[in-house]
Amino acid sequence: MSVSQGVRGREPGARGRTAQQWREARFGLALISPTVLIVLVLVVLPILWTVLLAFQDLRLIRLRTAGLIGDFTLDNFVKVFTSPGFWSSLATTLVYATGGTAASIGLGLVAALALRRGFRGRTLVRASLLLPYVAPVVAATFVWGVMLNPQFGIVNEVGTGLLGWNEPIPFLSQRPTALLTVIVFEMWRSFPFAFLFLTARLQAAPASLEEAARVDGATPTQVFRHVVLPQLLPTIAVLALLRFIWTFNNFDDIYLLTGGGAGTQVISVRVFDFLVSRGDIGAASAQALVLATVLVVLVTVYYRFAAKEEVA
Amino acid sequence: MTDVATVSAGSSASPATQRTAPAPRRRWSRNTVETRVFGVLRWVVIVGLMLFTLFPFYYMVLLSVRDLSSLVQDPGRLWPALSEFTVSTYREVLAPTDAGGQGFLRFMANSGVIALGTVVVTLAFAILGAYAIARLQFPGRRKVSVLFLAVYLFPSILLAVPLFVFFTRIGLRGSLSALVLVYVSQTVAVAIYTLRNYFQTVPASIEEAAAVDGAGRFTIMRKITIPLAMPAILSNALFVFMIAWNEFLFALLFLVENRPRWTVSLGLSQLAGSIEIPTTVLMAGSVILTLPIVVLFFASERLLTGGLTAGAEKG
Repeated sequence: MSVSQGVRGREPGARGRTAQQWREARFGLALISPTVLIVLVLVVLPILWTVLLAFQDLRLIRLRTAGLIGDFTLDNFVKVFTSPGFWSSLATTLVYATGGTAASIGLGLVAALALRRGFRGRTLVRASLLLPYVAPVVAATFVWGVMLNPQFGIVNEVGTGLLGWNEPIPFLSQRPTALLTVIVFEMWRSFPFAFLFLTARLQAAPASLEEAARVDGATPTQVFRHVVLPQLLPTIAVLALLRFIWTFNNFDDIYLLTGGGAGTQVISVRVFDFLVSRGDIGAASAQALVLATVLVVLVTVYYRFAAKEEVA
Repeated sequence: MTDVATVSAGSSASPATQRTAPAPRRRWSRNTVETRVFGVLRWVVIVGLMLFTLFPFYYMVLLSVRDLSSLVQDPGRLWPALSEFTVSTYREVLAPTDAGGQGFLRFMANSGVIALGTVVVTLAFAILGAYAIARLQFPGRRKVSVLFLAVYLFPSILLAVPLFVFFTRIGLRGSLSALVLVYVSQTVAVAIYTLRNYFQTVPASIEEAAAVDGAGRFTIMRKITIPLAMPAILSNALFVFMIAWNEFLFALLFLVENRPRWTVSLGLSQLAGSIEIPTTVLMAGSVILTLPIVVLFFASERLLTGGLTAGAEKG
């Protein structure tokens, strides 16, 4: 398959080919090495370094004087596990990730099914539905914050004016609406991803199966339940895995919407707070590590029991 | 869009009403009821979805051209009255700070430089790397692919701590080029993945023919492979541009102390909490932040939808 570079020389036999293979290998390594280098330096080594940092007592203010490798200690983990708010924060993260994943895939499925049959302007509608996914997160969270604002936000205006609410609801600053709102926001922002995947899968589904079921008298819900859904399940399994990983680690949306207040402090926001506000690098790393460990365990369990065949 | 599979398929949510259904024995059989209900429900869902997704964007534009005092007086109005219509919000948000504005023009320049820099470096790395993975046999080829997949799935919040510490320590936190390198490390894996898939669809025989004619590897790449892969390269460029333009966490960690270096995202998020700046002015800032992305997206929707499924954002 490879591009031969004009084998010159007197020996076109086995030695010639190995020399050429060697040249090809060297060229391949040369081409890939800038990428490998930058990934190693800016992704792999930092992750390994997080592990080291998690076992050190390191403060931001002492950073410039401290050595790269200090005394190792378990204090950070003791501090993290016994600190108030850590366990509830972990629970919040799980609720947020599960709710956000389920809601965005659910809405994406509804959208994919509703837009399945062609109509005039479908391409435009499809493209418009993808906007929340490509729009900058800062602009999206800002406009949501204003829409939900209790003073002059449109949602409370409609709620009190038309829906008969007694008083405006401060959606983003009280429990439990804050957590619900960030989950709805996650649904709004991420359903296009599921919609796109599921639409692609639906386009590949053979029409004859469904036609046969319809001819045999199956109703639309029966066709969906027994013909369409089974074909979509592998895609849904992969989507659930990807969305869960990303939502579980999501920082931007919650930080920008609530700043982690009113019962929405997920672990990633806590990591940021420990790092920037408290300057406690050790504890921040320890929590990042716990986050990663929980994620790896959950993904492994999922992979083993729920979706081995589907994902593989 | 290919409608081959969908036109004739009576799906659950979109039953084929125009097709002669099996003659119903009873007038209100389950089948008829469901078919009619879903026939109507489908349009309800489509309209509802459009409202749900697009209203925030409409609201953004609406508030950016309304006057603040009339907004507070009449917050429920869904269109700007002619008397209050204003574009002074845009003037204020774009103007430099010493002219009494918020300096978003400067932020846009920063975002533009960072995003374009990321696109150029990422593509340079990714074209070479993807070509190597698609065409050449070298030791560790499989392992490299696995490594890149891991990077794609790896959450950026876990990198926040070590990168913050590392760049603080070497004194480069706050430099735009350090941020560009971080963005490259985040996007290059996905770019390689999508480009590799595309390179593999380009027949190797074309390149072999050029090689027989005596062209060297770099000539082949420049004259044949890259031109043939242009659609994929362009969609990758747009995709990387969007990621870099939208990115928030690392911009916050790296640049927050130095206002002249803020990106548009960072600027908006930092000014959003301020009580002195009117919401309508910041809304104009949101429009300015969002507009380039929306324009790029609609200009390249066909190119991009494939790329989006192949490599999504992180977070």
